[in-house]
Amino acid sequence: MDGGVEGPREAEGAVREAPQAAPLGAAPDERPPQGAAAPRSEADRVLERLRATCGDENVIVHEHQLRTYQSDGLLQYKVLPRAAVLPGSADEVRAVVRALHEREVPWVARGAGSGLSGGALPIPEGVLIVLTRLRRIIEVDLPNQRVVCEPGVSNVAISEAVGPTHFYPPDPSSQIVCSIGGNVAENSGGAHCFKYGFTTNYVTGLEVVLSHGELVQLGGAELDRPGYDLVGAFVGSEGTLGIATKITLRVIPKPEALRTLVAFFETTTHAGQAVSDIVGSGIVPGAIEMMDQLSIQASEQMAHAGFPLDVGAALLVELDGSEAECEARFDEVQEICIDNGAGEVRVARDDLEREVMWKMRKAAFPAMGRISPHYYVQDSVIPRTRLPEVLDRIEELRREYGLRVANVFHAGDGNLHPLVCYDARTEGEAERAEELAGKIVVACVEAGGSITGEHGVGVDKKGYMPKMFGEPDLAAFQKLRCAFDPAQRANPGKVMPTPRLCGEVPGPYRRHPLEVAGLAERF
Amino acid sequence: MTGTTVRIQTPASSEEAAGALASAAADGLGVRFQGGGTKFSWGRPVSDCDLVISTGGLDRIVEHNVGDLTAVVEAGVPLARAQEAFAGEGQMLALDPPEVDGATVGGIVATGDSGPLRHRFGAIRDLVIGIKVALADGSVVRAGGKVIKNVAGYDLAKLFSGSFGTLGMILELALRLHPSPFRTSTAILRAPEPKALARGAMALSHARIEQLALDVVWTGGAGAVMARFGGARAREQAEAALAATRDLRGLSGEIEDDDGDLWRDQRARQRSPDGLVVRISGVQSRLEDILGAAARRDATVAGRGGSGLCWLALEELDCPDAVAAVEELRLELQPLACVVLDAPEAVRAELDPWGPIDPATRGLMQRVKERFDPQGSCNPGILGGLV
Repeated sequence: MDGGVEGPREAEGAVREAPQAAPLGAAPDERPPQGAAAPRSEADRVLERLRATCGDENVIVHEHQLRTYQSDGLLQYKVLPRAAVLPGSADEVRAVVRALHEREVPWVARGAGSGLSGGALPIPEGVLIVLTRLRRIIEVDLPNQRVVCEPGVSNVAISEAVGPTHFYPPDPSSQIVCSIGGNVAENSGGAHCFKYGFTTNYVTGLEVVLSHGELVQLGGAELDRPGYDLVGAFVGSEGTLGIATKITLRVIPKPEALRTLVAFFETTTHAGQAVSDIVGSGIVPGAIEMMDQLSIQASEQMAHAGFPLDVGAALLVELDGSEAECEARFDEVQEICIDNGAGEVRVARDDLEREVMWKMRKAAFPAMGRISPHYYVQDSVIPRTRLPEVLDRIEELRREYGLRVANVFHAGDGNLHPLVCYDARTEGEAERAEELAGKIVVACVEAGGSITGEHGVGVDKKGYMPKMFGEPDLAAFQKLRCAFDPAQRANPGKVMPTPRLCGEVPGPYRRHPLEVAGLAERF
Repeated sequence: MTGTTVRIQTPASSEEAAGALASAAADGLGVRFQGGGTKFSWGRPVSDCDLVISTGGLDRIVEHNVGDLTAVVEAGVPLARAQEAFAGEGQMLALDPPEVDGATVGGIVATGDSGPLRHRFGAIRDLVIGIKVALADGSVVRAGGKVIKNVAGYDLAKLFSGSFGTLGMILELALRLHPSPFRTSTAILRAPEPKALARGAMALSHARIEQLALDVVWTGGAGAVMARFGGARAREQAEAALAATRDLRGLSGEIEDDDGDLWRDQRARQRSPDGLVVRISGVQSRLEDILGAAARRDATVAGRGGSGLCWLALEELDCPDAVAAVEELRLELQPLACVVLDAPEAVRAELDPWGPIDPATRGLMQRVKERFDPQGSCNPGILGGLV
């Protein structure tokens, strides 16, 4: 157990205002002034502790080396941390966190750095804890369909470890590089989550280092352990509740059969109606993805799938499950597409053809770089039935701003990824793009949706949180935050729109001295 | 106990509910929340209850968004009524805890109760996409939203799922729905001994055939594995399941297409109004042990063959015997958590129904409780030694 660790009460004594992340427009090339948070000698002492724990080579302080870590996958934001430390084990993570706690230094945890919301953006006065060296798969327990791994393991490595009979369903497009720890922080989704669910539906247990250095076990291999579902509360908390050092995941048998098709439509509205009809008829596709004309044109340059460039939309539908069931319903899907005016339906005849279809879809983000020097990715969600009106609104905004917007989306769950194209070299265009993207977010929230479906709030969307949540909601979020991390040292300045304090807990009912003395009763 | 002076309030709106809770908390009163009252006895007996706030006045189905496969219901809506409304559109909430008259959606969320469909669709935590709660400070709080994919803000819906009303009062829920299966069919593998059943469950849970449910049952000295299939070709899938297990010794297979009663009976085995029910957080590789423990005790088991989560029901026992039986079961199955659900009040007072918990985890749960309910007004004591 945890002999030397400070209890929560002591930790609360150190309550202070959450340090702020650098302002969004901070000049990326400027190193933050030394000693902003602590006098130099104090900082040196912290670094000494980190070096003693993790080894000299795993504590990075030189500016040119720190640049590797100045952004995550959202490159618009750049901040140099005071130092980056790469612990090599859960024990080292714990020692690092404890040292930072004692010196009151805030920190940010980072996995592969592929996140798209600036969730792993460093803070100038803090330390970046990089978890890429924790890359062991600790246990593959196939009989119980569980894998226990460290946070730095890549998403794809889990499916590889349990294949070919089983797989791990959440599959973000960055799955080759993104880490399970990052997936846990962001509650990552992917193309198959309409049917299979998200990271949160597959994490059954966590070992977590809390911000005062305490190690706690949440959940396990089993379901319904007694007490609060703190695994559920932790997954998707964007690195603000602690660092998961060990993660237990559920894996499932691979579906027996897989059928994939692409249908081409004149407009996204036609394709959207086909989606509604498919889902409305009781079919739950493994994946159902839509691309509009601009994204088809961009992807075609990279994936060369031979998709027609003059259609308004391409719909990729994949059914999986039992052979008999797939066969029966795949015919239905084709009929529904044709009934909704699909000019052409292409069915993948083998794995190779299927891969090409998916390559088109997955190329959409990188391919956008070929047709536009810069682009801004959004991640809003809408109730699926509101798709036509929201797409009309995006079109209206696109015209108003004179910018190109490509639409790629997970159509089953209404998760849009509008890509707003711009050229930062043109004066004011970046700002216009950001404003346009913001208006798209607002349109989605007004349609009953969400500001983010899978990328997270991070720094990028925290300004939009008040569009979705009122003051009492944010105050309740803060209660959870303060229960885990009362000093707010874990990833400060993310998720919440404005900094707020933790304050003291009024405290549970305490017996009055008279009661203790047996002189009074509570009733 | 203050049993004789307990008042009951039945607020008709979220604001009224929040007001009632806040004023009780300000007066230092202990408050219980009640839905259909079907699981009101679960947990450690609540000692300091001065007021019961009922969700009986919060019983509206607020939205059923057919095209989006979502719904918003108030906490007091009985699950059966909600299911009837959803079924009218060929949809369902994919959650099937034991059918007990009046069990409400809010109560099911608060207790985290579940049934066989959990195999394919997860627990209520996996189906609640948004929540509205009242906290002891009088605030009405929302988290999540009305779309099935959403990562904005902390997931308070999961925190409140299974929290037994100790963090606040659940007022309203946004739910993800699923299409009702077109047809269903069940493959049944019978065996008179636990080992063969555990093998059968293992084989099916690893088979590449998609199942709605995969359960094990033990009753009257014999048992079965039941795999339920749904869709346009349910029967063919059930046949494939039998074919996949043909080589396993000691199991005799059959198929039941008209399987409604079969599953209703199975769900009912999770409850025992007069006896004792222990929920065992098993794993698949311990299924044989769990079924064996039941066989030796003449007990009944309804369990999930994929996950190992089991409900073991014992016949009516006197208090000291019941307490001893639970302690013995915990010892035999350790380290699996054995939570006592249905049991006479004396039994739930005598032993901690929740069992032991790691002190560090307990400390964190305690801190969560203190932040949400600093006066300890909400369902005081029900979680026993957990917080």
